[in-house]
Amino acid sequence: MWTFIHKWGSPKWFYAMSARLQPWCWAAALMLIALGTVWGLGFAPADYQQGNSFRIIYVHVPAAFLAQSVFVSMAAASLVFMVWKIKVADMAATVMAPFGAVMTFVALFSGAVWGVPTWGTWWMWDARLTSMLILLFLYLGVIALRGAFASRDGGSKAASVLAMVGVINIPIIKYSVDWWFTLHQPSTFSVTSRPAMPVEMWLPLLIMVLGFYCFFIALTLMRTRSEILRREINKRWVIDLAREMR
Amino acid sequence: MTQGQKATPAIAETARPGGLWIAFTATLKRDMTLMFRRRGELINPLVFFALVITLFPIGISPEREVLALIAPGLLWVAALLAALLSLDSLFRTDYDDGSLEQMLLAPQPLAALGLAKVVAHWLLTGLPLALVAPLLGVMLALPAGSYGVLVLALLLGSASLSLMGAIGAALTVGIARGGVLLSLLILPLYIPVLIFGVGAVQAAIIGEGVAAHLAMLGALLAASLLLAPWAIAASLRISING
Repeated sequence: MWTFIHKWGSPKWFYAMSARLQPWCWAAALMLIALGTVWGLGFAPADYQQGNSFRIIYVHVPAAFLAQSVFVSMAAASLVFMVWKIKVADMAATVMAPFGAVMTFVALFSGAVWGVPTWGTWWMWDARLTSMLILLFLYLGVIALRGAFASRDGGSKAASVLAMVGVINIPIIKYSVDWWFTLHQPSTFSVTSRPAMPVEMWLPLLIMVLGFYCFFIALTLMRTRSEILRREINKRWVIDLAREMR
Repeated sequence: MTQGQKATPAIAETARPGGLWIAFTATLKRDMTLMFRRRGELINPLVFFALVITLFPIGISPEREVLALIAPGLLWVAALLAALLSLDSLFRTDYDDGSLEQMLLAPQPLAALGLAKVVAHWLLTGLPLALVAPLLGVMLALPAGSYGVLVLALLLGSASLSLMGAIGAALTVGIARGGVLLSLLILPLYIPVLIFGVGAVQAAIIGEGVAAHLAMLGALLAASLLLAPWAIAASLRISING
């Protein structure tokens, strides 16, 4: 069992094994997203309050889910890297940061677009939007810190510490922002007080969320593989691999 | 066996480094002395604080009603930025002249020495900022009855700000121009302190209980006091060793 886990820490093993996993993840992601999109946009019933504009939920909610999960996975990978010095974990954390930032941006942007029909404005200092915005800044901080170091090793360790500090702070920030928002609650339509969704509405949403997660795994595998090749470019096995390719 | 037991304290006596407390107070004293020798830098955050506060009546409106409404938030944001500005130099000189490496090699844990430096920083920036705030509050027509709470909240809050900011300062000390990066890393983490700090002052103004907000600020301080020194020590090691 342990040797099985340990093997994944070797870049060579990871490269070989992820090649086998990758197609399945991509297939699952594409199928789920295609199914969820067609079902959600075409066949799910329209919301009785918001009409068709509620369909933004099928992009907004999965992106918001991922924005938070990616930060947690990034911090977990950082912890593995800092404690066991497993380089593959750091490579995964490196490629996760920009993806998480993009997902946070997608969640913010789709939230803003959704705001136009529901709130009548592009931006509201709503508790969720505000914590998403802060999360985006946390992602940008991790990315910027990694890039600011001249040595890659120093940048990796610094970004790992920051990711772990950030993941401890995320719940604190989230709850304090929620608390702040309840204090300044404007008397407008609130998304939270909506009645429960019927099955035909949330089932495509669930499929979309799963599809986004598969997409995240597939993309992380793919980008970690290229990161492995980039960092191990002078290693024997990479040179051999390049020779075989030719 | 008895011999061994006798010998152990003797060795410990001769080879024992200064205790943890001695190292802590020595670092604290050293930092205070160094900061007092550069009085100009000591005053700068306070001048910055006053200057930023001056900008708002000019930029928004000199009317007392308007100012009183935004005064708690303004005072907090300006104090937060002043504290942030002073953080960049927290480890900078020690990094440049090599004292930081000596601290790293010292037998006492780096976390304790880092904490001593943060305490010195707070005593000479956070504390003065909290004491000056009521004066600026008068200029912003802050309603009476909230001045004591403002000072108390700033005292508690600025200590957390110093602790959390020191993590960022330690992470960026090895980077040539880390000032802007430091604010990018640290400002998102300051938001809970800002929320509860402003909340305390606003609650005092409308006559509600302030205990909950101050308790939250205290909880944030306790948590950062517990966790930040380790993060500071780890970050300093990364900045020095790469």
